[in-house]
Amino acid sequence: MASDTIAGSARTDAEISGLDALETAGRQRGPSRVRRAWSALWPKLAALALAIAVWQVVVWTGWKDPWALPGPGTVFEDLGHYLVSPALWDGLATTGRRAAVGFAAAVAVGLVLGLAVARVAVLRAALGSMITALQTMPSIAWFPLAILLFQLSEQAIFFVVVLGAAPSVANGVIHGVDYVPPLLVRAGRNLGARGLNLYRYVIAPAALPAIVAGLKQGWAFAWRSLMAGELLVVIATRTSIGAQLTYARELNEAPRLMAIMIVILVVGLLVDAAFGAADKAIRRRWGVLDQAGN
Amino acid sequence: MTSTTTTPRSATGAVTLRGVTKVYGQGEQAVLALDGVSLDVAPGEFVCLVGASGCGKSTLLNLVAGLDRASGGQIELGEAVNPGLMFQEPALFPWLTVEANVEVPLKLRGLPRDERRAKVADLLRTVHLAEFGRKRPHELSGGMRQRVALARTLALDTPVLLMDEPFGALDAMTRDILHDELERIWSERRLSVLFVTHNVREAARLADRIILLSSRPGRIIWSTRVDVPRPRRIDSPEIATIAAEVTDRLRTEVGRHGQ
Repeated sequence: MASDTIAGSARTDAEISGLDALETAGRQRGPSRVRRAWSALWPKLAALALAIAVWQVVVWTGWKDPWALPGPGTVFEDLGHYLVSPALWDGLATTGRRAAVGFAAAVAVGLVLGLAVARVAVLRAALGSMITALQTMPSIAWFPLAILLFQLSEQAIFFVVVLGAAPSVANGVIHGVDYVPPLLVRAGRNLGARGLNLYRYVIAPAALPAIVAGLKQGWAFAWRSLMAGELLVVIATRTSIGAQLTYARELNEAPRLMAIMIVILVVGLLVDAAFGAADKAIRRRWGVLDQAGN
Repeated sequence: MTSTTTTPRSATGAVTLRGVTKVYGQGEQAVLALDGVSLDVAPGEFVCLVGASGCGKSTLLNLVAGLDRASGGQIELGEAVNPGLMFQEPALFPWLTVEANVEVPLKLRGLPRDERRAKVADLLRTVHLAEFGRKRPHELSGGMRQRVALARTLALDTPVLLMDEPFGALDAMTRDILHDELERIWSERRLSVLFVTHNVREAARLADRIILLSSRPGRIIWSTRVDVPRPRRIDSPEIATIAAEVTDRLRTEVGRHGQ
Protein backbone atom coordinates (compact mmCIF):
# COMPACT_ATOMS: atom_id res chain seq x y z
CA MET A 1 0.00 0.00 0.00
CA ALA A 2 1.20 3.46 -0.82
CA SER A 3 0.53 4.72 2.68
CA ASP A 4 3.27 2.40 3.95
CA THR A 5 5.75 4.87 2.56
CA ILE A 6 5.09 6.97 5.63
CA ALA A 7 6.10 5.14 8.76
CA GLY A 8 3.60 4.98 11.57
CA SER A 9 0.51 5.07 9.40
CA ALA A 10 -0.84 1.88 11.01
CA ARG A 11 -0.62 3.57 14.36
CA THR A 12 -2.51 6.54 12.94
CA ASP A 13 -5.31 4.32 11.62
CA ALA A 14 -5.92 2.89 15.07
CA GLU A 15 -5.78 6.35 16.61
CA ILE A 16 -8.28 7.71 14.13
CA SER A 17 -10.88 5.02 14.64
CA GLY A 18 -10.35 5.24 18.40
CA LEU A 19 -10.89 8.98 18.42
CA ASP A 20 -13.94 8.67 16.15
CA ALA A 21 -15.44 6.03 18.42
CA LEU A 22 -14.88 8.21 21.49
CA GLU A 23 -16.33 11.29 19.87
CA THR A 24 -19.46 9.68 18.46
CA ALA A 25 -20.21 7.59 21.57
CA GLY A 26 -22.79 8.55 24.14
CA ARG A 27 -25.28 9.95 21.66
CA GLN A 28 -28.05 7.51 22.39
CA ARG A 29 -31.72 7.94 21.60
CA GLY A 30 -34.11 9.62 23.99
CA PRO A 31 -37.29 8.09 25.46
CA SER A 32 -39.43 5.84 23.29
CA ARG A 33 -41.71 7.14 20.54
CA VAL A 34 -44.91 6.25 22.41
CA ARG A 35 -43.75 8.01 25.56
CA ARG A 36 -42.80 11.12 23.65
CA ALA A 37 -46.11 11.12 21.78
CA TRP A 38 -48.02 10.78 25.03
CA SER A 39 -46.08 13.52 26.79
CA ALA A 40 -46.89 15.81 23.86
CA LEU A 41 -50.53 14.72 23.71
CA TRP A 42 -51.82 14.76 27.26
CA PRO A 43 -51.48 18.53 27.88
CA LYS A 44 -53.49 19.13 24.71
CA LEU A 45 -56.21 16.67 25.78
CA ALA A 46 -56.33 18.27 29.23
CA ALA A 47 -56.72 21.76 27.73
CA LEU A 48 -59.49 20.49 25.44
CA ALA A 49 -61.34 18.88 28.37
CA LEU A 50 -61.03 22.11 30.32
CA ALA A 51 -62.44 24.18 27.44
CA ILE A 52 -65.44 21.85 27.09
CA ALA A 53 -66.01 21.97 30.86
CA VAL A 54 -66.01 25.79 30.84
CA TRP A 55 -68.46 25.74 27.91
CA GLN A 56 -70.78 23.37 29.82
CA VAL A 57 -70.61 25.53 32.97
CA VAL A 58 -71.53 28.66 30.98
CA VAL A 59 -74.51 26.83 29.51
CA TRP A 60 -75.60 25.70 32.99
CA THR A 61 -75.54 29.26 34.32
CA GLY A 62 -78.35 30.04 31.85
CA TRP A 63 -76.50 33.09 30.48
CA LYS A 64 -78.05 32.52 27.03
CA ASP A 65 -81.08 30.56 25.92
CA PRO A 66 -80.29 26.99 24.76
CA TRP A 67 -81.45 27.77 21.19
CA ALA A 68 -78.66 30.34 20.96
CA LEU A 69 -75.99 28.57 22.95
CA PRO A 70 -76.45 24.78 23.08
CA GLY A 71 -74.35 22.68 25.45
CA PRO A 72 -71.48 20.42 24.36
CA GLY A 73 -73.68 17.32 24.67
CA THR A 74 -76.21 18.57 22.13
CA VAL A 75 -73.51 19.85 19.77
CA PHE A 76 -71.49 16.63 19.80
CA GLU A 77 -74.64 14.61 19.22
CA ASP A 78 -75.40 16.75 16.17
CA LEU A 79 -71.78 16.49 15.06
CA GLY A 80 -72.22 12.70 15.10
CA HIS A 81 -75.18 12.95 12.73
CA TYR A 82 -73.38 15.52 10.61
CA LEU A 83 -70.29 13.30 10.21
CA VAL A 84 -72.36 10.55 8.59
CA SER A 85 -74.44 12.88 6.41
CA PRO A 86 -73.63 13.50 2.73
CA ALA A 87 -73.95 17.25 3.39
CA LEU A 88 -70.62 17.29 5.25
CA TRP A 89 -68.72 15.23 2.68
CA ASP A 90 -70.13 17.14 -0.30
CA GLY A 91 -69.31 20.38 1.46
CA LEU A 92 -65.82 19.19 2.34
CA ALA A 93 -65.24 18.13 -1.27
CA THR A 94 -66.20 21.58 -2.56
CA THR A 95 -64.29 23.45 0.12
CA GLY A 96 -61.29 21.13 -0.07
CA ARG A 97 -61.04 21.56 -3.84
CA ARG A 98 -61.19 25.34 -3.46
CA ALA A 99 -58.56 25.23 -0.73
CA ALA A 100 -56.25 23.06 -2.84
CA VAL A 101 -56.61 25.11 -6.02
CA GLY A 102 -56.43 28.45 -4.23
CA PHE A 103 -53.44 27.47 -2.12
CA ALA A 104 -51.60 25.95 -5.09
CA ALA A 105 -52.10 29.17 -7.06
CA ALA A 106 -50.93 31.20 -4.06
CA VAL A 107 -47.83 29.01 -3.72
CA ALA A 108 -47.00 29.38 -7.41
CA VAL A 109 -47.41 33.16 -7.29
CA GLY A 110 -45.55 33.39 -3.98
CA LEU A 111 -42.57 31.31 -5.13
CA VAL A 112 -42.09 33.27 -8.34
CA LEU A 113 -42.60 36.62 -6.62
CA GLY A 114 -40.32 35.69 -3.72
CA LEU A 115 -37.52 34.50 -5.96
CA ALA A 116 -37.78 37.58 -8.17
CA VAL A 117 -37.68 39.95 -5.20
CA ALA A 118 -34.83 38.05 -3.53
CA ARG A 119 -32.62 38.20 -6.63
CA VAL A 120 -33.44 41.52 -8.30
CA ALA A 121 -32.42 44.59 -6.31
CA VAL A 122 -34.87 46.91 -8.08
CA LEU A 123 -37.80 44.61 -7.38
CA ARG A 124 -36.73 44.34 -3.76
CA ALA A 125 -36.68 48.10 -3.37
CA ALA A 126 -40.05 48.39 -5.12
CA LEU A 127 -41.97 45.45 -3.66
CA GLY A 128 -40.13 44.25 -0.56
CA SER A 129 -42.04 46.32 1.98
CA MET A 130 -45.27 46.15 -0.01
CA ILE A 131 -45.39 42.38 0.36
CA THR A 132 -45.29 42.72 4.12
CA ALA A 133 -47.86 45.53 3.96
CA LEU A 134 -50.18 43.25 1.96
CA GLN A 135 -50.05 40.74 4.80
CA THR A 136 -51.47 43.27 7.25
CA MET A 137 -54.52 43.85 5.04
CA PRO A 138 -57.43 41.80 6.47
CA SER A 139 -58.46 39.46 3.68
CA ILE A 140 -62.16 40.13 4.18
CA ALA A 141 -61.54 43.74 3.13
CA TRP A 142 -60.69 42.50 -0.37
CA PHE A 143 -64.09 40.91 -0.92
CA PRO A 144 -66.11 43.96 -1.99
CA LEU A 145 -63.56 44.56 -4.74
CA ALA A 146 -63.38 40.86 -5.60
CA ILE A 147 -67.17 40.68 -5.95
CA LEU A 148 -67.18 43.79 -8.15
CA LEU A 149 -64.54 42.24 -10.37
CA PHE A 150 -65.77 38.64 -10.50
CA GLN A 151 -69.36 38.78 -9.18
CA LEU A 152 -70.45 36.04 -6.79
CA SER A 153 -68.19 33.36 -8.27
CA GLU A 154 -65.38 31.05 -7.32
CA GLN A 155 -62.96 33.38 -9.05
CA ALA A 156 -63.78 36.01 -6.45
CA ILE A 157 -62.85 33.52 -3.73
CA PHE A 158 -59.62 32.44 -5.44
CA PHE A 159 -58.68 36.09 -5.95
CA VAL A 160 -58.84 36.74 -2.22
CA VAL A 161 -57.22 33.44 -1.23
CA VAL A 162 -54.22 34.16 -3.46
CA LEU A 163 -53.92 37.74 -2.21
CA GLY A 164 -54.09 36.45 1.36
CA ALA A 165 -51.61 33.58 1.10
CA ALA A 166 -49.09 34.55 -1.60
CA PRO A 167 -47.34 37.30 0.44
CA SER A 168 -46.55 34.84 3.25
CA VAL A 169 -45.12 32.32 0.80
CA ALA A 170 -43.11 35.05 -0.95
CA ASN A 171 -41.77 36.31 2.38
CA GLY A 172 -40.71 32.77 3.29
CA VAL A 173 -38.76 32.47 0.03
CA ILE A 174 -37.13 35.90 0.44
CA HIS A 175 -36.13 35.07 4.00
CA GLY A 176 -34.82 31.65 3.02
CA VAL A 177 -32.68 32.94 0.16
CA ASP A 178 -31.39 35.90 2.20
CA TYR A 179 -30.19 33.69 5.02
CA VAL A 180 -28.40 30.97 3.06
CA PRO A 181 -24.98 30.84 4.79
CA PRO A 182 -22.47 32.55 2.43
CA LEU A 183 -19.92 29.87 3.31
CA LEU A 184 -22.14 27.17 1.80
CA VAL A 185 -22.49 29.25 -1.36
CA ARG A 186 -18.71 29.61 -1.60
CA ALA A 187 -18.25 25.89 -1.01
CA GLY A 188 -20.90 25.09 -3.63
CA ARG A 189 -19.28 27.35 -6.21
CA ASN A 190 -15.89 25.81 -5.55
CA LEU A 191 -17.37 22.34 -6.03
CA GLY A 192 -18.53 23.40 -9.48
CA ALA A 193 -22.12 24.56 -8.86
CA ARG A 194 -22.68 27.67 -10.94
CA GLY A 195 -25.86 29.32 -12.21
CA LEU A 196 -28.92 27.08 -11.99
CA ASN A 197 -26.91 24.29 -10.39
CA LEU A 198 -26.07 26.60 -7.49
CA TYR A 199 -29.82 26.99 -6.90
CA ARG A 200 -30.49 23.30 -7.26
CA TYR A 201 -27.66 22.03 -5.07
CA VAL A 202 -27.20 24.81 -2.51
CA ILE A 203 -29.65 27.68 -2.36
CA ALA A 204 -32.96 25.81 -2.69
CA PRO A 205 -32.20 23.13 -0.09
CA ALA A 206 -30.61 25.65 2.28
CA ALA A 207 -33.69 27.89 2.02
CA LEU A 208 -36.15 25.02 2.44
CA PRO A 209 -36.83 25.41 6.19
CA ALA A 210 -37.79 29.08 5.76
CA ILE A 211 -39.88 28.26 2.69
CA VAL A 212 -41.82 25.60 4.61
CA ALA A 213 -42.43 28.11 7.40
CA GLY A 214 -43.78 30.50 4.75
CA LEU A 215 -46.04 27.77 3.33
CA LYS A 216 -47.37 27.03 6.80
CA GLN A 217 -48.25 30.66 7.43
CA GLY A 218 -49.60 30.98 3.90
CA TRP A 219 -51.94 28.05 4.54
CA ALA A 220 -53.34 29.73 7.66
CA PHE A 221 -54.09 32.87 5.63
CA ALA A 222 -55.53 30.85 2.75
CA TRP A 223 -57.89 28.91 5.03
CA ARG A 224 -59.12 32.09 6.74
CA SER A 225 -59.65 33.85 3.42
CA LEU A 226 -61.47 30.85 2.03
CA MET A 227 -63.88 30.67 4.99
CA ALA A 228 -64.56 34.40 4.82
CA GLY A 229 -65.17 34.02 1.10
CA GLU A 230 -67.55 31.09 1.48
CA LEU A 231 -69.61 32.99 4.04
CA LEU A 232 -69.94 36.01 1.75
CA VAL A 233 -69.95 34.45 -1.69
CA VAL A 234 -72.67 31.84 -1.39
CA ILE A 235 -73.19 29.98 -4.63
CA ALA A 236 -76.58 28.23 -4.40
CA THR A 237 -75.60 25.19 -6.46
CA ARG A 238 -72.50 24.45 -4.42
CA THR A 239 -73.04 23.83 -0.73
CA SER A 240 -69.57 24.43 0.62
CA ILE A 241 -68.78 24.21 4.34
CA GLY A 242 -68.87 27.99 4.63
CA ALA A 243 -72.23 28.19 2.87
CA GLN A 244 -73.64 25.57 5.23
CA LEU A 245 -72.48 27.69 8.14
CA THR A 246 -74.42 30.64 6.74
CA TYR A 247 -77.53 28.48 6.21
CA ALA A 248 -77.29 27.14 9.78
CA ARG A 249 -77.36 30.68 11.11
CA GLU A 250 -80.26 31.70 8.88
CA LEU A 251 -82.25 28.64 9.98
CA ASN A 252 -81.31 29.11 13.65
CA GLU A 253 -79.75 25.65 13.84
CA ALA A 254 -77.33 26.42 16.65
CA PRO A 255 -76.05 22.86 17.26
CA ARG A 256 -75.33 22.40 13.53
CA LEU A 257 -73.66 25.81 13.38
CA MET A 258 -71.29 24.84 16.14
CA ALA A 259 -70.71 21.37 14.68
CA ILE A 260 -69.63 23.01 11.41
CA MET A 261 -67.32 25.35 13.31
CA ILE A 262 -65.68 22.33 14.95
CA VAL A 263 -65.17 20.76 11.51
CA ILE A 264 -63.56 23.98 10.22
CA LEU A 265 -61.28 24.14 13.23
CA VAL A 266 -60.25 20.50 12.91
CA VAL A 267 -59.50 20.75 9.17
CA GLY A 268 -57.35 23.84 9.76
CA LEU A 269 -55.51 22.10 12.60
CA LEU A 270 -54.91 18.91 10.61
CA VAL A 271 -53.33 20.74 7.68
CA ASP A 272 -51.32 22.88 10.06
CA ALA A 273 -50.11 19.71 11.81
CA ALA A 274 -49.04 18.29 8.43
CA PHE A 275 -46.93 21.39 7.80
CA GLY A 276 -45.60 21.15 11.34
CA ALA A 277 -44.55 17.54 10.75
CA ALA A 278 -42.80 18.50 7.49
CA ASP A 279 -41.01 21.34 9.26
CA LYS A 280 -39.88 19.00 12.05
CA ALA A 281 -38.69 16.34 9.62
CA ILE A 282 -36.58 18.93 7.82
CA ARG A 283 -35.10 20.27 11.03
CA ARG A 284 -34.26 16.75 12.16
CA ARG A 285 -32.41 16.11 8.90
CA TRP A 286 -30.58 19.42 9.20
CA GLY A 287 -29.59 18.52 12.76
CA VAL A 288 -31.14 21.66 14.27
CA LEU A 289 -33.76 19.87 16.36
CA ASP A 290 -33.34 20.48 20.07
CA GLN A 291 -33.22 17.76 22.70
CA ALA A 292 -36.87 18.05 23.70
CA GLY A 293 -37.84 17.12 20.15
CA ASN A 294 -39.42 20.49 19.45
CA MET B 1 -16.27 22.62 -19.89
CA THR B 2 -15.86 19.02 -18.78
CA SER B 3 -12.62 18.69 -20.67
CA THR B 4 -10.92 20.89 -18.10
CA THR B 5 -12.07 18.92 -15.08
CA THR B 6 -11.27 15.51 -16.52
CA THR B 7 -7.62 16.28 -17.13
CA PRO B 8 -5.54 13.24 -16.15
CA ARG B 9 -3.99 13.65 -12.74
CA SER B 10 -0.52 12.85 -13.98
CA ALA B 11 -0.46 16.36 -15.44
CA THR B 12 -0.16 18.04 -12.04
CA GLY B 13 -0.54 21.77 -12.11
CA ALA B 14 1.09 24.39 -10.00
CA VAL B 15 0.01 27.81 -8.88
CA THR B 16 1.77 30.91 -10.16
CA LEU B 17 1.01 34.42 -8.93
CA ARG B 18 2.64 37.45 -10.54
CA GLY B 19 2.24 40.83 -8.86
CA VAL B 20 -1.27 40.09 -7.63
CA THR B 21 -3.02 43.09 -6.13
CA LYS B 22 -6.43 43.31 -4.52
CA VAL B 23 -8.17 46.55 -3.60
CA TYR B 24 -11.48 46.61 -1.77
CA GLY B 25 -13.78 49.61 -2.12
CA GLN B 26 -13.20 52.73 -4.16
CA GLY B 27 -11.77 56.25 -3.90
CA GLU B 28 -11.02 57.53 -0.40
CA GLN B 29 -12.23 54.39 1.33
CA ALA B 30 -10.26 51.97 -0.82
CA VAL B 31 -8.31 49.39 1.17
CA LEU B 32 -5.27 47.71 -0.31
CA ALA B 33 -5.55 44.08 0.83
CA LEU B 34 -2.82 42.53 -1.29
CA ASP B 35 0.09 44.44 -2.75
CA GLY B 36 2.03 42.83 -5.57
CA VAL B 37 2.14 39.27 -4.30
CA SER B 38 4.26 36.94 -6.44
CA LEU B 39 4.69 33.29 -5.55
CA ASP B 40 4.93 29.84 -7.09
CA VAL B 41 3.79 26.49 -5.87
CA ALA B 42 5.71 23.81 -7.73
CA PRO B 43 3.90 20.61 -8.72
CA GLY B 44 3.72 18.39 -5.65
CA GLU B 45 4.93 21.13 -3.34
CA PHE B 46 3.39 21.93 0.06
CA VAL B 47 3.52 25.67 0.71
CA CYS B 48 2.29 27.30 3.93
CA LEU B 49 1.33 30.96 4.01
CA VAL B 50 1.76 32.46 7.46
CA GLY B 51 0.78 35.92 8.62
CA ALA B 52 -0.91 37.89 11.37
CA SER B 53 -4.49 39.11 11.14
CA GLY B 54 -5.31 41.33 8.22
CA CYS B 55 -2.60 40.03 5.92
CA GLY B 56 -5.12 39.03 3.27
CA LYS B 57 -4.45 35.29 3.49
CA SER B 58 -8.06 34.36 2.86
CA THR B 59 -8.36 36.98 0.14
CA LEU B 60 -5.42 35.38 -1.62
CA LEU B 61 -7.00 31.92 -1.56
CA ASN B 62 -10.33 33.30 -2.81
CA LEU B 63 -8.52 34.85 -5.76
CA VAL B 64 -6.67 31.65 -6.61
CA ALA B 65 -9.92 29.67 -6.27
CA GLY B 66 -11.63 32.04 -8.69
CA LEU B 67 -14.27 33.10 -6.16
CA ASP B 68 -13.09 36.69 -6.36
CA ARG B 69 -11.31 38.77 -8.98
CA ALA B 70 -7.86 40.31 -8.57
CA SER B 71 -7.51 44.07 -9.09
CA GLY B 72 -4.16 43.56 -10.79
CA GLY B 73 -1.51 40.99 -11.65
CA GLN B 74 -1.82 37.47 -12.98
CA ILE B 75 -2.81 34.12 -11.54
CA GLU B 76 -1.99 30.98 -13.48
CA LEU B 77 -3.15 27.57 -12.48
CA GLY B 78 -1.50 25.18 -14.92
CA GLU B 79 -3.75 22.15 -15.34
CA ALA B 80 -5.82 22.83 -12.24
CA VAL B 81 -8.62 24.91 -13.67
CA ASN B 82 -10.75 24.24 -10.61
CA PRO B 83 -8.58 24.00 -7.50
CA GLY B 84 -10.16 22.54 -4.37
CA LEU B 85 -10.81 24.96 -1.51
CA MET B 86 -11.21 24.07 2.17
CA PHE B 87 -12.26 26.41 4.95
CA GLN B 88 -11.88 26.56 8.71
CA GLU B 89 -15.47 25.33 8.88
CA PRO B 90 -16.25 22.07 7.10
CA ALA B 91 -19.06 23.83 5.14
CA LEU B 92 -20.83 20.51 4.59
CA PHE B 93 -24.41 20.55 3.33
CA PRO B 94 -26.45 19.66 6.44
CA TRP B 95 -29.38 18.34 4.38
CA LEU B 96 -27.24 15.61 2.81
CA THR B 97 -25.66 12.48 4.24
CA VAL B 98 -21.89 12.16 4.33
CA GLU B 99 -21.98 10.08 1.13
CA ALA B 100 -24.23 12.52 -0.67
CA ASN B 101 -21.97 15.43 0.34
CA VAL B 102 -18.96 13.74 -1.21
CA GLU B 103 -21.06 12.89 -4.27
CA VAL B 104 -22.00 16.51 -5.06
CA PRO B 105 -18.88 17.45 -7.05
CA LEU B 106 -19.06 14.10 -8.88
CA LYS B 107 -22.67 14.83 -9.89
CA LEU B 108 -21.71 18.30 -11.00
CA ARG B 109 -18.95 16.80 -13.15
CA GLY B 110 -21.57 14.59 -14.75
CA LEU B 111 -20.12 11.21 -13.79
CA PRO B 112 -22.45 8.21 -14.22
CA ARG B 113 -24.03 6.74 -11.12
CA ASP B 114 -21.95 3.56 -10.77
CA GLU B 115 -18.74 5.48 -11.11
CA ARG B 116 -19.92 8.00 -8.52
CA ARG B 117 -20.71 5.25 -6.00
CA ALA B 118 -17.33 3.60 -6.44
CA LYS B 119 -15.54 6.92 -6.11
CA VAL B 120 -17.46 7.97 -3.00
CA ALA B 121 -16.66 4.66 -1.30
CA ASP B 122 -13.02 5.01 -2.27
CA LEU B 123 -12.78 8.61 -1.01
CA LEU B 124 -14.45 7.77 2.29
CA ARG B 125 -11.96 4.93 2.78
CA THR B 126 -9.16 7.39 2.08
CA VAL B 127 -10.27 9.57 5.00
CA HIS B 128 -11.11 6.55 7.20
CA LEU B 129 -14.84 7.20 7.24
CA ALA B 130 -16.06 4.21 5.25
CA GLU B 131 -18.61 3.23 7.94
CA PHE B 132 -20.01 6.73 8.35
CA GLY B 133 -21.38 7.28 4.84
CA ARG B 134 -25.02 7.14 5.92
CA LYS B 135 -24.61 9.58 8.81
CA ARG B 136 -25.50 13.23 8.65
CA PRO B 137 -22.86 15.87 9.31
CA HIS B 138 -24.36 16.87 12.68
CA GLU B 139 -23.86 13.33 13.94
CA LEU B 140 -20.08 13.56 13.49
CA SER B 141 -17.33 15.25 15.50
CA GLY B 142 -15.54 18.35 14.23
CA GLY B 143 -12.50 16.40 13.06
CA MET B 144 -14.64 13.85 11.24
CA ARG B 145 -16.60 16.61 9.49
CA GLN B 146 -13.38 18.20 8.33
CA ARG B 147 -12.30 14.83 6.90
CA VAL B 148 -15.61 14.58 5.02
CA ALA B 149 -14.91 18.06 3.66
CA LEU B 150 -11.47 16.85 2.57
CA ALA B 151 -13.00 13.84 0.81
CA ARG B 152 -15.52 16.12 -0.90
CA THR B 153 -12.73 18.43 -2.08
CA LEU B 154 -10.67 15.45 -3.32
CA ALA B 155 -13.74 14.39 -5.34
CA LEU B 156 -12.96 17.33 -7.62
CA ASP B 157 -9.95 15.28 -8.76
CA THR B 158 -7.90 18.42 -8.83
CA PRO B 159 -4.12 18.47 -8.41
CA VAL B 160 -4.22 21.72 -6.40
CA LEU B 161 -5.59 22.05 -2.88
CA LEU B 162 -6.14 25.46 -1.27
CA MET B 163 -6.65 25.30 2.48
CA ASP B 164 -7.78 28.22 4.63
CA GLU B 165 -6.88 27.35 8.24
CA PRO B 166 -8.66 24.02 7.85
CA PHE B 167 -7.66 22.71 11.30
CA GLY B 168 -7.96 25.99 13.19
CA ALA B 169 -11.11 24.99 15.06
CA LEU B 170 -9.92 21.53 16.16
CA ASP B 171 -8.37 20.33 19.40
CA ALA B 172 -4.63 19.66 19.40
CA MET B 173 -4.83 15.87 19.32
CA THR B 174 -7.29 15.74 16.43
CA ARG B 175 -5.20 18.31 14.62
CA ASP B 176 -2.01 16.21 14.99
CA ILE B 177 -3.77 13.19 13.53
CA LEU B 178 -5.18 15.22 10.65
CA HIS B 179 -1.70 16.54 9.90
CA ASP B 180 -0.57 12.93 9.43
CA GLU B 181 -3.62 12.22 7.29
CA LEU B 182 -3.19 15.25 5.08
CA GLU B 183 0.51 14.53 4.63
CA ARG B 184 -0.28 10.95 3.59
CA ILE B 185 -2.95 12.00 1.08
CA TRP B 186 -0.77 14.81 -0.26
CA SER B 187 2.11 12.43 -0.95
CA GLU B 188 -0.09 9.60 -2.29
CA ARG B 189 -1.90 11.88 -4.72
CA ARG B 190 1.06 14.15 -5.48
CA LEU B 191 -1.00 17.22 -4.73
CA SER B 192 0.20 20.80 -4.74
CA VAL B 193 -1.01 22.48 -1.57
CA LEU B 194 -1.30 26.14 -0.66
CA PHE B 195 -2.10 26.12 3.05
CA VAL B 196 -2.95 29.24 5.03
CA THR B 197 -2.48 29.24 8.79
CA HIS B 198 -1.54 31.50 11.66
CA ASN B 199 -0.27 28.49 13.60
CA VAL B 200 3.49 28.66 13.07
CA ARG B 201 4.18 25.14 14.37
CA GLU B 202 1.54 23.73 12.07
CA ALA B 203 3.26 25.44 9.15
CA ALA B 204 6.67 24.04 10.15
CA ARG B 205 5.15 20.56 10.62
CA LEU B 206 3.56 20.46 7.16
CA ALA B 207 5.37 22.74 4.75
CA ASP B 208 8.11 22.27 2.20
CA ARG B 209 8.28 26.04 2.20
CA ILE B 210 6.91 28.72 4.51
CA ILE B 211 6.00 32.14 3.16
CA LEU B 212 5.46 35.05 5.52
CA LEU B 213 2.98 37.76 4.63
CA SER B 214 2.97 41.26 6.08
CA SER B 215 -0.26 42.86 7.30
CA ARG B 216 -2.18 45.73 5.72
CA PRO B 217 -1.33 45.47 2.91
CA GLY B 218 -0.47 41.81 2.44
CA ARG B 219 2.99 41.54 0.93
CA ILE B 220 5.51 38.72 0.93
CA ILE B 221 8.29 39.65 3.34
CA TRP B 222 10.20 36.45 3.91
CA SER B 223 10.24 32.80 3.00
CA THR B 224 12.15 29.73 4.07
CA ARG B 225 12.49 26.07 3.07
CA VAL B 226 11.73 23.42 5.67
CA ASP B 227 14.30 20.74 5.04
CA VAL B 228 13.25 18.43 7.86
CA PRO B 229 12.73 14.89 6.50
CA ARG B 230 9.26 13.37 6.66
CA PRO B 231 7.56 11.89 8.60
CA ARG B 232 7.81 14.75 11.04
CA ARG B 233 6.51 15.28 14.53
CA ILE B 234 5.09 18.61 15.54
CA ASP B 235 6.89 18.37 18.91
CA SER B 236 10.33 17.55 17.47
CA PRO B 237 13.23 19.95 18.18
CA GLU B 238 13.86 20.61 14.45
CA ILE B 239 10.28 21.76 13.95
CA ALA B 240 10.44 23.84 17.14
CA THR B 241 13.61 25.60 15.90
CA ILE B 242 12.00 26.55 12.61
CA ALA B 243 8.77 27.60 14.32
CA ALA B 244 10.75 29.83 16.68
CA GLU B 245 12.45 31.58 13.77
CA VAL B 246 9.16 32.17 11.95
CA THR B 247 7.58 33.43 15.17
CA ASP B 248 10.39 35.97 15.66
CA ARG B 249 9.89 37.31 12.14
CA LEU B 250 6.15 37.42 12.65
CA ARG B 251 6.51 39.35 15.94
CA THR B 252 8.80 41.88 14.32
CA GLU B 253 6.18 42.39 11.62
CA VAL B 254 3.32 42.74 14.11
CA GLY B 255 5.41 45.15 16.22
CA ARG B 256 5.85 47.41 13.19
CA HIS B 257 2.12 48.16 13.37
CA GLY B 258 2.24 49.20 17.03
CA GLN B 259 4.30 52.31 16.38
